[in-house]
Amino acid sequence: MPEYDVVVVGAGPAGSMTAKWAAKGGAKVLMIEKRQEIGSPVRCGEGISRSWLDSVGIKLNSKSVAWKVKGAKIVAPNGSKFTLSEKMAGNEVGLVLDRVFFDKLLAKDAVKAGADLMLKTSATGLLKSGGKVAGVKVKSFGETKDIKCGCVVGADGFESQVGRWAGIDTRLAPRDITSCFQYRLTNIGIDYDYCEFILGSKAPGGYVWIFPKEKDTANVGLGIQFTKLKNPAEVKKYLDKFIQGDSRLRKGKALEMVSGAVSICAPIDKTIGNGVLLVGDSARQIDPITGGGIAHSCKAAKVAGMVLGRAAKERDYSEKSLQRYEKGWRDILENSLYRNWMAKEKLVTLSDDTLNKVIATLNEVGVEKMSAYAILKAIEKKHPDLVKDFQQFL
Amino acid sequence: MAKNELDEFDVDITRCMHCGACVGSCPVNAIFLNEVVLEFNDDCNMCKRCIKVCPVGAIKLSGGR
Repeated sequence: MPEYDVVVVGAGPAGSMTAKWAAKGGAKVLMIEKRQEIGSPVRCGEGISRSWLDSVGIKLNSKSVAWKVKGAKIVAPNGSKFTLSEKMAGNEVGLVLDRVFFDKLLAKDAVKAGADLMLKTSATGLLKSGGKVAGVKVKSFGETKDIKCGCVVGADGFESQVGRWAGIDTRLAPRDITSCFQYRLTNIGIDYDYCEFILGSKAPGGYVWIFPKEKDTANVGLGIQFTKLKNPAEVKKYLDKFIQGDSRLRKGKALEMVSGAVSICAPIDKTIGNGVLLVGDSARQIDPITGGGIAHSCKAAKVAGMVLGRAAKERDYSEKSLQRYEKGWRDILENSLYRNWMAKEKLVTLSDDTLNKVIATLNEVGVEKMSAYAILKAIEKKHPDLVKDFQQFL
Repeated sequence: MAKNELDEFDVDITRCMHCGACVGSCPVNAIFLNEVVLEFNDDCNMCKRCIKVCPVGAIKLSGGR
């Protein structure tokens, strides 16, 4: 008899939300986390929108919110800015989180719903039986254990071991990887009411972000598309160069360094198997334009948790049963992931000169809504040549 | 550097941020990260993607090659 219905590997937002909704649905759930503290060290820019939180049942506490902003500024390579109010920015900005507390808040919700939780516990492999995943091998505080369960959930982030062990293809093409580096920079003089996104060759194939955490402190980071990297350690060098070139940031000192990589791929073909499913970064559910993953992960995780609650009642964790998750998350995310991936493939080809013109045009014509479609339409009216490569979206 | 089935790479532990950028980018799953130690196994096909993706330049070919 398995000890648990569901074992969730990884206690980030995707893992905790899956654990919470599965436990609420009646499943006996264990969540394991390899680190000694949930949410730390942070590996995130921490900027999110507020619009989706209610729909997945997240009630933020004051500690999880580091800062609230009024909107976002999209900055051209020549420094000119296009300002978006929060209402227009929709999906992109609104809050800057404190992930150290946010991740703990979600883990607490999972525990309150009935999930077990073990820290300093790494998954080291899967148990398989009769072609099905039947549990997970773990190393927990120095001890090796086998934990049998009905379904293993891979919520193990960009590194995604569970998917690979289960034979789910999560490999990434070089153009679908962004390498990132960030400082939490203090002693700086930014406009702390806005998140900034700086486009162009300062971060080839990606962007520089400045997300305020306090009046004099912000997460300042950048992501660069893998295919645009030439030499080792270049990502950090790009960021150091950007900071030295910006008079508002030059006197800043780093309180924290964060590095990592993000997938910016089209939706992958499959995120389930017999007795296994993937959610969040490990399922590559990341917006390919912004590299943001928290909202998508939480939405997919709610679906996963609810499907697992039902699977536990039916005692059926077969691929056929988990197909409800595969369909459920695709219904809400797949179109936008695919559309944004195609748009990203075009965006990364734009020169600084073209980006300058695009921002200038946005300031001339204005946009009512911050959607890729609304922006392209607005530009088309004035400068059809700038958007000719994007005809398929218009 | 802990046990390594492969002698081809040196990981500079004074630079490594344990972020997993190399692990998730590896096309053959030859790198494992147990939160503090990077281990390479002999599935590695020497594509060197890990060297390039590392944001801080912590991975080098052994012997400065």
